[in-house]
Amino acid sequence: MPEKFDAIVVGAGPAGIACAFELAKAGVNVLLIERGEYPGSKNVMGGVLYRKMMEEIIPDFHKEAPLERPIVEQRFMMMDKTSAVTFSYKGLEWAQEPFNNFTVLRAKFDQWFAAKAVEKGALLINETVVLECIVENGKVVGVRTDRPDGEIRADVVVLADGVNSLLAKSLGFHKEFRPDEVALATMEVLKLDKKIIEDRFNLEEGQGCTIELFGDATKGILGTGFLYTNKDTLSIGVGTLLSGLIKHKIKPYELMEYVKTHPMIRPYIQGAEPQEYLAHLIPEGGYNSIPKVAGAGVLVVGDAAQLVNAIHREGSNMAMTSGRIAAETIVAAREREDFSEASLDDYRKRLMGSFVGQDMKKYKDSTHHFDKFPQYFEKYIPMVNRAASQMLTVDGSSKWEKQKKIWRDIGPAKQKFKIARDLFRAWRVMK
Amino acid sequence: MLHIVACIKQVPDTKIIKMNPKTNTMDRSSAPAILNPYDSHAVEEAVRLRSRYGGVVSVLTMGPPPAVKAIKKCIEIGADEGYMITDRAFAGADTLATSYALTKALQKIADIRPIDLIVCGKMTIDGDTGQVGPGIARRLDMPPLTSVNKVAEINREEGYAIVHRKLEDGYEVIRSTLPCLLSVEKDINEVPYSSLPNMLRAARYQPIIWSVADLGEIDKTQLGLKGSPTIVSSVWAPQKPQGGKLLEGSYDEQIRQLLDVVLTRKELFEAQAGAGGGAS
Repeated sequence: MPEKFDAIVVGAGPAGIACAFELAKAGVNVLLIERGEYPGSKNVMGGVLYRKMMEEIIPDFHKEAPLERPIVEQRFMMMDKTSAVTFSYKGLEWAQEPFNNFTVLRAKFDQWFAAKAVEKGALLINETVVLECIVENGKVVGVRTDRPDGEIRADVVVLADGVNSLLAKSLGFHKEFRPDEVALATMEVLKLDKKIIEDRFNLEEGQGCTIELFGDATKGILGTGFLYTNKDTLSIGVGTLLSGLIKHKIKPYELMEYVKTHPMIRPYIQGAEPQEYLAHLIPEGGYNSIPKVAGAGVLVVGDAAQLVNAIHREGSNMAMTSGRIAAETIVAAREREDFSEASLDDYRKRLMGSFVGQDMKKYKDSTHHFDKFPQYFEKYIPMVNRAASQMLTVDGSSKWEKQKKIWRDIGPAKQKFKIARDLFRAWRVMK
Repeated sequence: MLHIVACIKQVPDTKIIKMNPKTNTMDRSSAPAILNPYDSHAVEEAVRLRSRYGGVVSVLTMGPPPAVKAIKKCIEIGADEGYMITDRAFAGADTLATSYALTKALQKIADIRPIDLIVCGKMTIDGDTGQVGPGIARRLDMPPLTSVNKVAEINREEGYAIVHRKLEDGYEVIRSTLPCLLSVEKDINEVPYSSLPNMLRAARYQPIIWSVADLGEIDKTQLGLKGSPTIVSSVWAPQKPQGGKLLEGSYDEQIRQLLDVVLTRKELFEAQAGAGGGAS
C-alpha cells in the first residue's frame, strides 16, 4: 500500500520550495520531490532575486541566505555593433535594508531555501523523477515516480515541474508550447577576483550591479542579454525566443560567444574564467499562454504555469508568490475537506488578483508585439546609437546641422510616420 | 538473527576534485561529498545477504556531522540502522587511529546486538589505502577477507562463511569462521536504483550519533592526529602529460603516421636491443 501524504509538490525550484515551505509551516504533511541531485542542481536563472516576495515567505532571509550581492545599480544598454547607449539608475537606498534585490547563484540559494522547508517539516527526496499523476475518477490522487514501488498518494498534488510542464500537459492543461511562447537562455558563470569586479563595475565592497543588454547583444533577434555581478563571479547570458533562433538559424552557443566577444562587453569580462555553462527554456508566452492552473486535486505554479514577466525579467518572484498562494489555498481547502476543482479554483482567482496576474495581464501582448514587429530591435536601437554619436561627436558642424542630419537619418516622412506609429503601439502594449 | 555491519565513509568525489597547486593537497570544497563508491557495494551486499538469510543491516561511519548524508544514502540502499561517531578528538586520524575508533564503536554496537559479519569497501577513493578494514579485523581478532567478489554462503548456526576472493589470475574460495570481516570489490554486485519507500525512510532517518564520551573506556592517545604514526613527508599531484600530437585521418592513415613516428626514433630500438641483450 503506497504511503499517503496531505500534499505532494513536484519540483524544488522557487515555486515548489515556497509552496512546500508554507504548507509545512501550516502543519501540512508535505512531500517535495526533486529530480536533480539536490534542489538547485538543475535550476537556471540569470540571478536576480527579489527581496519583497522572498521576505513574504522568510522575513529577514537576507541575514542568512547565501546571497551574492545587493544590487545598487541597474544599467540598460542599447547596443549596436561598436557602440551603446546606456541608461542607468544607481541608488544607495538599495545598498541598505530593506534592500531591493540581490544577485544569487541558484545552485546555492535553492539548496538553502529547500533546507528551510525541511526545517519546517517538509520531507524532501532528490534524484526522483515523477513520471505522471495518478488520476482516479477524474481526480488527481497521487504521483507515479521512476523508482521501484514508486507510487505515492496525496489529497493534492502541486505541479512545480518547470517550463514545459510535462505533467500539466499530460493532464490536458496545455498543449506543447510553440517556439514563440518560450525563450532559450544560455548563461555562463565566469570566475573573477572580487576586487576586480568592484573596480570594473564601479562598486563599493560587497555591492552589486546588473546590466541588461538590448539590441545587438541578440543580433537584433527579440530577446535580451544580461551581465550580473556575483561575489567572485560574473553571470553572463543571452536569451531569445526559440522562434527567433530558428528563423535566424543561429545556435544558442554562437549567440553566447557573440555577446562575450562584443566590444561593449569584452572589457567587463576580460580575464574571467568560465566556471559553469547552463541553458534553460524560459516561458515567455505571457498572459495568453497561461494554462489551466487548478483541477481536481491538482494545482500548477511557477514556470509550469508560464508565470514570467519577460519585459521586467521577473519570474522567480512570481514563482514564489504563486507557490505561497497555492499553499494558502490548500490549507483552506483542507479545512473544508474539499479538493475539488471548484474548491481549488480559489488559487486561480487569488493569483489573478495578485500582482502576478495583474502584471501578466498588463504585458499580455508585449512579447508577441515585439516578435511581430522586429524593427524595434533591428532598426530603432541602431538609430538611437547613430543619433547619440552624431550629437556627441564634436566635429565643427553646428548643433542645428547635427539635428538635421539625425532627422534625415530617420528616413523620409513615411518612415517617420511609421516610427511614430510603432512608438505609440509599443506604449499601448506596455501601458 | 544475522547482524551485518557495513563500515562506510563519506569522501570528496575525486573524479572532479581539484588539487591545490601550492600545498598539493585536495581542495575538498571543490567537489561534492559522496558515499565512497566501494562502500555502496558493501552496503548493497549486506542488504542482499539480509534478503537471503534475514537479519539486520547496520552501517557505521566516523566523520564530521555532514557525513550524516552518507548514512542516509545507505538507508536509501536498504540499511536498517545507521551509527555515526563524530568528535573533534577523531580529527586527523590515519588508518591506524581510524580503525581503533571504529573498533570501539563496533564493540558498543555489538553490546546492543552481537555482530556476525562486518563488510567494508575495498578502499576509499580519497585515501586509496584499503587498510582500515583489515585494521579493524586485527583489533577484533576476526579473520580479514580482502578482495571479496562473491559471498557464496553464510551459515550463522554452524558459524562459517564461504566467499570468493579475486586474484590476478582467477579467484580462490575461502571458508572462514564467523564472525569475520570482508572487504569487497566493486564487481561483487550492482547497486540498483533505490525504491521510493527506502527514499522516504532515508529522508526521515536520523542516525544514532556518538562522541568519544559515549564510547566507554577508550585510550585517547590512540585517537585522531595524536594516535596517528603516519608521517606524510610530501604529497604531489601526478603531472599531466604535456605536448603530444593528435593523429588525424582514416585508421590506415593514422597507423601509417604512427609507424613513421615510431620507426624514425632510433633510440627506441637501441634501448630495446640493450634490454634484450641483458636478459639473455
